[in-house]
Amino acid sequence: MATQSHAADPYNLIITGVGGQGNVLASKLIGNILVDQGYYVTIGETFGASQRGGSVMSHLRISRESIQSPQIPRGKAHMVVALEPTEALRVLKEYGNFGVKVITNTRPVYSVAVVCGDSPYPSMDDLKGWMDKLTAAAWFIGATDEAVKLGTAILSNVLLVGALAAVGDLPLERDRFQEVMSRTMPPAKVEMNVAAFDKGRAMII
Amino acid sequence: MQTICDGRSGEIQLMQGNQAFARGALEAGLSVVAGYPGTPSSEIVENLAKASTVRNIYVEWSVNEKVAMEVAAAASFAGLRSAAIMKQVGVNVASDFMLHLSESGIRAGMILISCEDPGALSSGNEGESRPFAKLFEVPLLEPCDMQEAKDMTQWAFALSEEIRNLVMIRSVTRLSHASGNVTLGSLPEVAPVARYKHWGTMMDADEGPMTTIPVHYRHTLMQQKLQKAVSRFEESPFNTYEGPENPEVIIITSSACTLYSREAIRLLGVKERVGLIKLGTTWPLPPRFMEKYLSMADIIFTVEEVLPFIEDSVKILASDIAGRIGIKKFHGRSDGTLPTVNELNPDLVAGGLAKILGIEYLPMESAYVELVDKAVGSAAPPRDLAFCAGCPHRASFWSIHNALEMDGREGFVCGDIGCYTLAILPTGFSTLRTVHAMGSGTGIASGFGKLGRFGMDQPALSVCGDSTFFHAVMPALVNAIHNQADMTLVVLDNSGTAMTGFQPHPGLTVDATGGDAPALDIAEIVRAMGAHVAESDPFQVEATRDKLLELLQKKGVNVLILKQSCALSPEKKGKKLFQVDLDPSVCLGEDCGCNRLCARVFKCPGLQWDPEAKSARIDEVICSGCGVCASICPSGAIKKKEVA
Repeated sequence: MATQSHAADPYNLIITGVGGQGNVLASKLIGNILVDQGYYVTIGETFGASQRGGSVMSHLRISRESIQSPQIPRGKAHMVVALEPTEALRVLKEYGNFGVKVITNTRPVYSVAVVCGDSPYPSMDDLKGWMDKLTAAAWFIGATDEAVKLGTAILSNVLLVGALAAVGDLPLERDRFQEVMSRTMPPAKVEMNVAAFDKGRAMII
Repeated sequence: MQTICDGRSGEIQLMQGNQAFARGALEAGLSVVAGYPGTPSSEIVENLAKASTVRNIYVEWSVNEKVAMEVAAAASFAGLRSAAIMKQVGVNVASDFMLHLSESGIRAGMILISCEDPGALSSGNEGESRPFAKLFEVPLLEPCDMQEAKDMTQWAFALSEEIRNLVMIRSVTRLSHASGNVTLGSLPEVAPVARYKHWGTMMDADEGPMTTIPVHYRHTLMQQKLQKAVSRFEESPFNTYEGPENPEVIIITSSACTLYSREAIRLLGVKERVGLIKLGTTWPLPPRFMEKYLSMADIIFTVEEVLPFIEDSVKILASDIAGRIGIKKFHGRSDGTLPTVNELNPDLVAGGLAKILGIEYLPMESAYVELVDKAVGSAAPPRDLAFCAGCPHRASFWSIHNALEMDGREGFVCGDIGCYTLAILPTGFSTLRTVHAMGSGTGIASGFGKLGRFGMDQPALSVCGDSTFFHAVMPALVNAIHNQADMTLVVLDNSGTAMTGFQPHPGLTVDATGGDAPALDIAEIVRAMGAHVAESDPFQVEATRDKLLELLQKKGVNVLILKQSCALSPEKKGKKLFQVDLDPSVCLGEDCGCNRLCARVFKCPGLQWDPEAKSARIDEVICSGCGVCASICPSGAIKKKEVA
């Protein structure tokens, strides 16, 4: 059983991003680590049209008691992990509250509206200002930049899982992470992912 | 790497709902499974296809859902447990056979799993298939979580075999695509032998012919089978009551709505006031079980998606037994306590329940709502759906759109279901002007193509994907040719069932499990049918436009095949055909007169408008190197160079 315990039951975690960023993998990874420790984990995914530029969102409910609704009730998120910063805001609109924490990647993925010049993309200062008002704590992390340094941008999701582990609300220890990785990934990829997890952990100060 | 075959009995795994269905089928000793891809159902067949590498099962992606059900039925007739898997609209396609199958009955256990999409999260409708269970008199099960998805699948095979009829299981996106803890059972060692016994008399259920005649005799049997299922439902552990002995309100629910309802009771803190009947067996209702709990309260709140299917059955039952249980007040989808359309969630259920109980439910602090609305309005630009960078459909619709403009007779395109449905939006230049079911674009174009005698002079076109061509377009095309309609079909052949995850289809050289298969050539087929046929590479936008323009002038049925693999296909992803560069010294930006044609109209995510430089630029990371944009810049600022 875990040494750490989370305050709320169920603990409501949302992982958000844009199709292709590795949302689903990150949520499965966290889910597996926690199921191994005896938790009930329910993951709801919204990824219908994700390959075509849409928003993607995973709801994780972590409980000692039972399986939960795969949709978190409005305003009831405890933590939001965002692979794309404006997606974090979009999630807060439905699920935020003044006690919520946010860990977000700083790398934008421009929507078609931005690409074609119809809508401006907000500045990082703007985003930080809003997060300051809308959360109890927010961490901005250059996950994509660091992932690219480790070899590939696709590791951004695992980097953010590392950051989530460092915040400490959930028992996501390194050896448990490594165990799940070895079980679910081809051996050649494990080392790279562990490096990304470590890098992410080190980025929460 | 893990498959659904790994894991000992008693082990707890995190499983997706669709994996749990697949595991349950394996634990029941399934031998044959057939389906047609469709979100949210596809992972069931995909997981079983992976399992077929280590277990002796036959897995097939069928040409359409009706054939899938027929293939699965053959296995059952030959003594093998089998399953047909599809999304809700697939059951419409399979329904003709399903009625006949229910009347003939089956031999070894056979189930249908229909995965439905309340809220149309990835569908063109939110239709449901539960009424088919009632219409065709087969039992219906609705699991509420991943554990039940597995356990009920296993139980459904036994029930089916016992009553000798098909058993239908209904899932929804929020279950099929959700994951949760599942305690595994064991995988049996089975070695079934297939043999179809047909030498008995007409009435011999074990060794006679499988048929619907004599109709009245078979129909009577069919109804007796259903009654036997009801007697099993009365005792089923999948039907439960939780709550106080004297509740004010009773919720009746099933499927994922069970989890929403439990959450709503907790959100409102009304555990002492509200009871919950969770139904796993939703058609027919088990009357004795229902009567016991309906007697407990006078207010009944039915929570289900999407149509009031259970609610209607409960009302009928309650009126039959009103003398014993008293007159009830009903709430649900019908009276507006819950919205009449769309999927549900814990908040909608809590809102409905709060209204019934006369209490207040406020999910979010108003100060927070006010602030976050302002934040999203100013700092979260909309994220509309769009074709991917390098998607052949963008190029195809660019050419179709331009050919129709040049033709000048107000021609239009009838579409159907696939990624290309997005061409009803600006990402496909709003080219599609009708969108309905699989293959319907071509049937509708066939109809438009006969309206010349009433003065219609607009060219009618249709589009379809390669998988859809085989699924439902072929009969429509036969119809158009035989009835001498004037129309043009454009086949958008991207070499796979791209929208649902690249499942193979009859036009490809692989089957569901990766084995070799003979490919059927679409061009040869339509030529043999008697259409005028032309082919083009959609990335050659000018040549494609000109070929289409030429076809539009021809009477009769024309087919243009545009072949180019999907940009996300495993063989293409990450490989660029061209290095594409934009020369900022040639791009005239806002002074060009093109009015940002490339970014504003062509709208490829890899080609971006830089508001500061006031010119376009290529995003190296997103650009997939199709080179199409080089053909559309009027100033010639975009250059493509072949990648060696």
